[in-house]
Amino acid sequence: MTITVPPVRVEDKLYQNRYLIDAGRPHIKVRPHQSPSANLLALTRICPAKCYELNATGQVEIAADGCMECGTCRVLCEESGEITWNYPRGGFGVLFKFG
Amino acid sequence: MVEEKFDAIVIGAGMAGNAAAFTMASGGLKVLQLERGEYPGSKNVQGAIMYANMLEKIIPDFRDDAPLERHLIEQRFWMMDNTSHAGIHYRSDDFNEAKPNRYTIIRAQFDKWFSRKVREAGATLLCETTATELVYDITDKVIGVRTDRAGERILADVVVLAEGVNGLLGTRSGLRETPRPETVALAVKEMHFLPEEVIEQRFGLKGNEGCVIEAAGTISRSMTGLAFLYTNRESISLGIGCLVSDFAATMESPYALLEGFKNHPSVRALIAGSELKEYAAHLIPEGGYKAIPQLFGDGWVAVGDAAQLNNAVHREGSNLAMTSGRIAGEAIVQVKCRNAPMTKRNLVLYKTMLDDSFVLKDLRKHKDMPALLHTNSHNFFMRYPQLISLAAQNLVRVDGTPKIDKEKATTAAFIKGRSRWGLVSDALRLALAWR
Ligand SMILES: Cc1cc2nc3c(=O)[nH]c(=O)nc-3n(C[C@H](O)[C@H](O)[C@H](O)COP(=O)(O)OP(=O)(O)OC[C@H]3O[C@@H](n4cnc5c(N)ncnc54)[C@H](O)[C@@H]3O)c2cc1C
Ligand code: SF4
Repeated sequence: MTITVPPVRVEDKLYQNRYLIDAGRPHIKVRPHQSPSANLLALTRICPAKCYELNATGQVEIAADGCMECGTCRVLCEESGEITWNYPRGGFGVLFKFG
Repeated sequence: MVEEKFDAIVIGAGMAGNAAAFTMASGGLKVLQLERGEYPGSKNVQGAIMYANMLEKIIPDFRDDAPLERHLIEQRFWMMDNTSHAGIHYRSDDFNEAKPNRYTIIRAQFDKWFSRKVREAGATLLCETTATELVYDITDKVIGVRTDRAGERILADVVVLAEGVNGLLGTRSGLRETPRPETVALAVKEMHFLPEEVIEQRFGLKGNEGCVIEAAGTISRSMTGLAFLYTNRESISLGIGCLVSDFAATMESPYALLEGFKNHPSVRALIAGSELKEYAAHLIPEGGYKAIPQLFGDGWVAVGDAAQLNNAVHREGSNLAMTSGRIAGEAIVQVKCRNAPMTKRNLVLYKTMLDDSFVLKDLRKHKDMPALLHTNSHNFFMRYPQLISLAAQNLVRVDGTPKIDKEKATTAAFIKGRSRWGLVSDALRLALAWR
């Protein structure tokens, strides 16, 4: 027997969080590419905020608004140059109420 | 251009940074602390069990006003398969002592309190300020930092890197490598609110007593990982973390794992009816002793998670962070008192003192554990939990099968699941790594 898990929407979880968005200054960028590497593709599933998505033509795109600045994508894809990763400017980004 | 000069600059106002800043400011040094968050704690995530002994060494009377949730009187370790858990529970009234040993805390609140103590000790704190670059002199000694505020340099004799596991400053300056996917875990965590009385009823607690659960098993879907569920006063913290390399290989979604844990029959009842108020994610250093980078150099030291000083096997991190921060602070105060320069040769004192503390002794003791659990994750996190559940069920289910046949069936299941040699070698390797 397996556990029945109701479908989860990450958006509903992130909705609880507090953010201060630095509009127009994304702190993570994906390098333009034809087809993503295995690690970049994995991010579409393993980023805990679901910031990475595959577009219709097969490239990985990022919308970092819900980013919790965990660094997982940095650990996997910064060295190869597929993404650039910085902290948001001081004071911006996720603001944990409890942490 | 006015350049203000400090004795020390501390990067980060987490556990390690606060401990270092407090120790140096109390020792009479002129300390500047930089924190990129809006307030200390706004970027930080922990389970969170806080170990009193290590905080007592910094602030002996912390119990007077620190925001503590519950003191722990019960610890449960669960081995889970999909429908069951087998476990060890340890509960003792001895933990209802005048100065309890472990507490649950909420980091955002705790860090604000700790930071207030740091400022009362005389340090200057600048929040919403990210240190972006180290500044060097012509001999390659670190002499300060630049921030994202003004273009000006801020100078100091020594920079304490307490920037956490994902610290950009030290890695971009080449003082240490970026963590590898095999040496960090990604953990996701939620805060579930429930009335105080409900928590007390469900866990059999009274007053400020608390209970914590650590769990492993099929919930991590054969990845190297652990889950936790901790009681706070009016909330339950729960979460699950697995190695980033395992996540990348399996492409499992962390939030799906978390939902699996929350919906496990053993967990669901404990959080029923709760209100979710936050969802967080953070890395945990898990590389152990072998992943520790260079800890000091000309004009700098690294402390806490930034230096991978984390004992993931025992889920201890904040105490190693506090202790390494305190020790670095003490070493720096000593060097300063001798009027000696903050060179690599003098700052080796920090490493010498750390070698002598539980921090490096514990990490050295378990230096082979991370690799063992990683390479054997399928056995330790999938097969054994299932076998143990089967054995326990064979033991307690009374169905007319003779006991001797049941024992044989259990043994056979273990051998079929892992082979006789596999079992012996796993047990041996586990014992050796633990030794
Ligand atoms: C889910 C989870 C559960 C855990 N459970 C436990 C537990 O129960 N018990 C335990 O003891 N440990 C636990 N840990 C580990 C513990 O949280 C860490 O070991 C501890 O927080 C490390 O403290 P630190 O000060 O080194 O780093 P952090 O607490 O991460 O602090 C780093 C600080 O530096 C700041 N910073 C970073 N870069 C810059 C910059 N360039 N400029 C300015 N500021 C900067 C950050 O904003 C942050 O405030 C857990 C960790 C996680 C993720
Ligand atoms: S830092 Fe973490 S939350 Fe943010 S985009 Fe990367 S993986 Fe997602």
